[in-house]
Amino acid sequence: MISIMKDNKQGQEKYNIPEKSRLEKIAAAAFALLVWQAGAMLLNNSMLLAAPLTVVKRLYSLCMEGDLFSVAGYSLIRIVSGFLLALAAGGILAVIAARFRLAEVMIWPFIAAIKSVPVASFIILCLIWLNSGTLSIFIAFLMVIPVVYTNMLQGIKSTDSKMLEMAEVFSVSWLKRIKYIYLPQLKPYILSACSVSIGLSWKAGTAAEVIGIPEGSIGEMLYEAKVYFSSGDLLAWTVVIIAASIAFEKLFLLLLRYSFERLERS
Amino acid sequence: MDIIVSNLSKSFGVNPVLVDFNAIFPGHELTCIMGPSGCGKTTLLNILMGLIKPDSGTVSGVPRLKSAVFQEDRLCESFNAVSNVRLVCSRKVETGRIVSHLERIGLKGSLEQPVSELSGGMKRRVAIVRAILANSDIIFLDEPFKGLDVDTKKTVMQYLKDNLQGRTVIMVTHNIDEVNALGGRVIKMTGKDVKN
Repeated sequence: MISIMKDNKQGQEKYNIPEKSRLEKIAAAAFALLVWQAGAMLLNNSMLLAAPLTVVKRLYSLCMEGDLFSVAGYSLIRIVSGFLLALAAGGILAVIAARFRLAEVMIWPFIAAIKSVPVASFIILCLIWLNSGTLSIFIAFLMVIPVVYTNMLQGIKSTDSKMLEMAEVFSVSWLKRIKYIYLPQLKPYILSACSVSIGLSWKAGTAAEVIGIPEGSIGEMLYEAKVYFSSGDLLAWTVVIIAASIAFEKLFLLLLRYSFERLERS
Repeated sequence: MDIIVSNLSKSFGVNPVLVDFNAIFPGHELTCIMGPSGCGKTTLLNILMGLIKPDSGTVSGVPRLKSAVFQEDRLCESFNAVSNVRLVCSRKVETGRIVSHLERIGLKGSLEQPVSELSGGMKRRVAIVRAILANSDIIFLDEPFKGLDVDTKKTVMQYLKDNLQGRTVIMVTHNIDEVNALGGRVIKMTGKDVKN
């Protein structure tokens, strides 16, 4: 379960990571690059560890070749699809589980199994049933659903019972209850579930691609980098994954926050 | 239509709160319930509102459409005052009407802020307007003047007087001045016996 500390006044959530200033962040990134560079210089073998500049050069050449966007786009569409499907399915399952205790009991073993079984086992098992193109969608979906389900179920369960009593007395319609009572209550839980699971979907989705090797995916590029011992390629594609994951997370959370604000102002 | 409460009993664990309670609440009138803390006033109100079930006894004649001012304000904190009132109103109630009610009760200039940013007294007034404008046949008021200063209390009392006429109202209060100001019948609860 993700721990959330809510700042009541602002309605914002903070995670258990100490707040860092911009300067501290830049200093930390510079230090990490320095360690990387020192490691590369110490090993003095680009096959074992490519230097940061080599990776940047490789990224530039990938951009120029035009491969980067088509390959990243291929993986992006599949992983994001898996994430969005899991968000919808996890939400629906959480609503059903919150409403019917029997459903919660019946869903529990599946969620527990998905949480504890290694992702590689799922990938190999699913590779028997699915083609490599849809594998990353399903694996991203599978890894995200427990996070979304658990968070949203907890959010629904912690809905203020006094507010629900108020809605009962005033005979407030279900649509209004969702808008005025449930969604504001669920907001921090949805945001934290998305924040955690977007990164998770990229990790799991890419792992599925590396094993399934669908043509024209980031996973295939990582696999080829392994085959040809090209740590430059490997790190360049890793940077692409991280950038795509962070960019999508920022954009998606921004959209979610904007939607919640619109809802509260409407 | 009168609300008739017969032989109502309710216990929480081993603590009896209501024991064979009987009362009649006339329709289209204000009835005030008075009594010391812990004598079961709010429990009675919750039973009448249908929020808790009595252990024994019957309640009849409670209209289906209800509104209430609870002891706690129970407002949607991230929404503004107008939205909070809009939540319980039918579509026929225009926003202009909601605004005029809120302004009349001294909330002009605070209509756009989220309720979480309002003071306790302001929140109380939003809760009162919400109960008045809701589409209801009965209004339950549980210590509606709690947390209001003297001047605001006067304004709110006048507002309630103007808007409660001809409606079935059941109000819980500790203060006889509030009863005198609003009028209506009084039911005194002591926790042991009930005087009408």
